[in-house]
This record gives sequence, C-alpha cells and structure tokens, in this order.
Amino acid sequence: MEKIEEIPKETLLEIYRTMHKIRTYEETLAEWYYKGKTPRFDISAGPIPGELHLSSGQESAAVGVCMHLKPEDALIGTHRAHHFAIAKGVNLKKMTAEIFGKATGLSGGKGGHMHLFDASVNFSCSGIVGASFPQAVGVGIAAKLKGEDYVAVAVGGDGAANQGTFHEALNLAAVWKLPVIFVIEDNSWAISVPKEKSTAVSKNSERAAAYGIPGVSVDGMDVIAVYEVAKEAVERARRGEGPSLIEIKVYRLRGHFEGDPQHYRPKEDLELAKQKDPLLNFEKLLLEKGIATEEELNKIKEENIKEVQEAIDFAVNSPYPEPEEALKGVFAGGE
Amino acid sequence: MARKLPMYKAISEAIAQEMEKDENIFVMGEDIGAYGGIFGATSGLLEKFGPERVRDTPICESAFIGAALGAASKGMRPIVELMFIDFFGVAMDQIYNHIAKAHYMSGGQVKMPVVIMTAMGGGYSDAAQHSQCLYGLFAHVPGLKVVIPSNSYDAKGLMISAIRDDNPVMYFFHKGLMGLGWMPSPPEATVEVPEEPYTVPIGEAKVVREGSDVTIVGVAKMVYEALWAAEELEKEGISAEVIDLRSLVPLDKKTLLDSVKKTGRLVVVDEDYRSYGMSGEVIATVVENGISLEAPPVRVAYPDVPVPYSRVLERYVLPDKEKIINAVKSIM
Repeated sequence: MEKIEEIPKETLLEIYRTMHKIRTYEETLAEWYYKGKTPRFDISAGPIPGELHLSSGQESAAVGVCMHLKPEDALIGTHRAHHFAIAKGVNLKKMTAEIFGKATGLSGGKGGHMHLFDASVNFSCSGIVGASFPQAVGVGIAAKLKGEDYVAVAVGGDGAANQGTFHEALNLAAVWKLPVIFVIEDNSWAISVPKEKSTAVSKNSERAAAYGIPGVSVDGMDVIAVYEVAKEAVERARRGEGPSLIEIKVYRLRGHFEGDPQHYRPKEDLELAKQKDPLLNFEKLLLEKGIATEEELNKIKEENIKEVQEAIDFAVNSPYPEPEEALKGVFAGGE
Repeated sequence: MARKLPMYKAISEAIAQEMEKDENIFVMGEDIGAYGGIFGATSGLLEKFGPERVRDTPICESAFIGAALGAASKGMRPIVELMFIDFFGVAMDQIYNHIAKAHYMSGGQVKMPVVIMTAMGGGYSDAAQHSQCLYGLFAHVPGLKVVIPSNSYDAKGLMISAIRDDNPVMYFFHKGLMGLGWMPSPPEATVEVPEEPYTVPIGEAKVVREGSDVTIVGVAKMVYEALWAAEELEKEGISAEVIDLRSLVPLDKKTLLDSVKKTGRLVVVDEDYRSYGMSGEVIATVVENGISLEAPPVRVAYPDVPVPYSRVLERYVLPDKEKIINAVKSIM
C-alpha cells in the first residue's frame, strides 16, 4: 500500500474537494428540504417533497472508490446515493433539478432523489434495498462479452448484505469471474435495526470467503485507506481476476431519512458519529502533514459553496415539467 | 367506549388485543419493533410483548415472509409487515407460490393463517418504487384474501378478522389515511373506534353514501375522493351512491350489483394501475351479471405509467375528485 506521501498532492486535493463538495451539497439540500416543512413536518410539502436520504458522514466511501473509476465504469447506488453520484461525476445542476422535480432534471422530474440516472457517466441508483448487486453482475457480463476493460461497482448498505440478492450476485460474479466490486457501506443501521441484531458476522467482508473472493474491511474514517483498498479491487477487476468485496465502516451523521426522529438510536452513537467525521479527519491530516495550507483548503471550500449554490439556483429557477409529460416515456421507440 | 383513533393506532390496538388472547400470534418485519413500524402500525407492541413476539428482522423479506409459512404450518399465526407493497418483488415467490397455494396443494392439510400487512399509495412524491398500490396483483392470485380499510373503524375490525382467519390475508393500508402527523391524511379517516375487540367481516363492502343516479366504487383514499365528488355533484342535482369495497377478495358482488341495478351507471375509481386490475374486475362483474346500464361504465384509474416523482406530474396522474366529477358527468 502507498503511504499518503506517495500520493500526488493534486490527487489528495481532489479527494478533499469532492468530499467537501458532497458535505456542502447534503447540508444545503437539508436546509431546502425543510423549507415548507416547518413548523409542522409534512413529507409532501416544500420545494423538495418525498423522502430524502442524505449521506453526510459517508463521503469517504464514495470518494475513495470513485477516484479509481472512469466514466465507462458503472456505479449502481442505493436510496442514499448523492455522495456516489457526485463522486462519479453526475451533472450537479441536472441532479439538483431532478431532486427539485424540475423539467431540467436528469429525468425531467420523473425519477427523483432515489432514482437518479446519468447514463453519460454510467450512474444509476434504486430505492429497493439490495437491487444493485445483480445489476452490477450484468455490467460485468457485458464487459466480458464485449472485451472491454470497464468494471462495475455495486453499492449497498450493511442492511442490504442480508438480502438474497447480495448472496446470489456474489456467487454469480465469482463463478463467472466478473469485473465487479461489491461495496458495503456499513453505517451500522438498517433504518432502526442495528447491525449486531441483524447480521450474523461482525464484518460483512468475512462473507466473501463463502464465495471464494477477496473480502476487506476498511475504516471509512480514513479516506486514504478506502482509496487504497478500492484501488486494489478495481485494478484486480480490470485485470480480469474477478470480483472483490469491500466493507467500509462509516457513520450516519443524520437520520435514515430527513424527519427521522431517531428515537431508537442511543445518543452516544450519534456522538460517536460526529467524532468519526471523515471529512474533518482528512482536513486535519492534510494540514498536520503540511500537504495543504489552510488557504488552499479555504479556496476549495469557497469554490464548492459556489458550485453548490449555482446548482441550487439552476434547480430553483428551472420550470416544472408539463403535467402531460407524466404519460410519456413508458416504452422506448415512441410514446 | 369509543374514542377517535387514527388508523395506525387502530391497527396496532387490534394486533395487541389479539396477541393478548392468543399466544400463537407474533409479529415480524423491518423496523416494527423499536421504531413501531415506519407508518406506526405496530406502535407500542414491542413494549407490551417483548422481542420474542415482536421481532425486528434484517432486511430479508423473502426469509421472513417464507418463515411465516413455516411458523403457520406449526400452528402459529404470524403477522408480517412488508414495509412498502412496492418491496413485494423480493419475496413474491414465498407469497404467491407458497403461502397462497399451501392449503390447496396440500389438499387442505395445511392452513395458512398469515397476515401480510403492507403500506400502499402515493400522493407525497415518493416516486416509482414507494408509491404503488398493486393490490390488483395479489387479488389476481388464487388463495390470498385482500382487504383495504379506508378508516380507523374498519382498520381495527378488518385486522381482527384477518388475524382470526385461517387463510392468508393481504392487509393493505394507505399511507395517506393513517393519521400520521407527518403525512397528509383526510380527517374523515380518523373515526370513533370501540375499545373492545370487534370484527368487520372480510368480503363485505359498505355503501358509504346513498344515491340514485350513479354508483361510484373505490377503496382506501379514493373513497374520500368519491365522497367529495358526490357532494359537488349533489349541488348540480346528480345523486351519487358511493361504495367502499373494503375487501377485494372475496368481492362483495351483491352490494355492488344491487347498487348498479338501482342507479344504472357505474364509475370505478382505482389508485392502482388501470389495465388488468380492480377497475376492470368490477366492471366485468357487473357486465357478466347482465345488468343493463344506461351508459357505458367509466374507469377513473391510475394510467399505465410508473409513478412520477415531480409533484406536478404525480398530481396529473392520480385519480381525484375533479376527475371523478368529470367522469360522472360524461355518462349522465
């Protein structure tokens, strides 16, 4: 494994930039989500209606993995996918417009926050837990049949690793030696059910042994560790050596969804999450090691705030779709 | 004593009262314990009955719904919650190939007193994978009873009937009727509920408004849209009868046919997809029974498109009062 000193500075700053952009984006979206939902919380009200699952605290998983991906590589995310979308290079303005239900959104307002699609960078996600794993297997089959070197990343939470799809997909990718990286983002909670009450092994990476593939657990507090582990898995997949399983330990800084009372969650757990903040940790590391100056980081922060604000402005100022659009687009090749 | 209860409390009260009487009843599902169910239908049960009988499961619908079959085969009466009906896909084999068919295939040796309770319905921008109704799919499969309460009184009575039934019952509740503070819900759905246990028989529809010119049929939230339409129509001299089917399987044909015989006109309101579903079944039932209508029957159903996210798109496709009024006027 490389040490942080061996990674080029521009790569490290890129990692920081994307992590900070994600955090800025999520916290800004949260503010917008509650507009129209106060004083009484009404899930159907406000500029962003419906459910909203934010990824604050989990940035290292997305950035550590996606730094190794090309636009041709597929990434299939979960209901909580903004961080992976941003790290994968999804168009931020169009993504934001989609979340605001606007005509200029990625899907013209038809998909929404849990169903973001950007085919130009091979990104998609789903509201169904465990749906990503088999789909990534299919991307791997396509790569193999077409003789291409792209890979597929399937993301799931620790809860998703108990679905049948996870186990079926790992086995299939293993027997067919497909270029797939299975990523479990372990934030310890399947909504209100803690991992220790739902998962028979302490680390999901142990389950890789059942399918004869490498399995690694990595601390998401350390984005460089995630970066290194993901690098190895992606390179292995590109070399045609088959799938890997990576479990990244992260902490959910917010509720399962916005508005989640979290009455099931011990206070200490939330406090722990705040201490295990991968963004603050990385920022501290960059400064302590003298890799970046505060001025450099501040400049990145300002640029991110501006970019996020521009995306929000674009979304807010965009028109809503024509209602009749609802009836179009069920089938390809016509209406 | 009756007091007003929101639907979610009526459901959890029904379960609790039956659990107190019958130790064979237990509950499984995702977030049904400490959370009390994402839509509150199991609130308070963990505190009353403990984690052995109120079991939070991992995310594994196929496993815990399949497990309901195994438990039922040994005389237990499991209640399982499928958090959103949209999630049925990962568990459907256990539901439609096994739970629905076990009694028939075993020649009656095996009973399946399983309640599969699930949330349905849209209207709050939860988009294509969290807003569907899909009751038509389950009503289509032989061996599953299907009930859909529209108010808290029926919710409690139908839940008790479902638990006591020796057959699998799909119990659908509409998220937008539960009376949750954070989800809009018509106040009419929160009605007086007796404290003591009682049943609402499965397979009995209810005429919720009497009228003479047209019969409007619906379930769940569409019952209110139909009632609101009927009020408007009354002002224009059109007398609409509104039927809340409450059960799709078995279907209360008598109440339906009696009403259409009287009114001679039929409008079916369906938040589930239009084609091959409940609306078609109701109309076919009327037609097959040779009832002569004064005008062709009309469907006000969810068009055959996935549920769109954007509020303007979803409002356009959801059946509502205005669409029902227009449909009625089109056949008067």
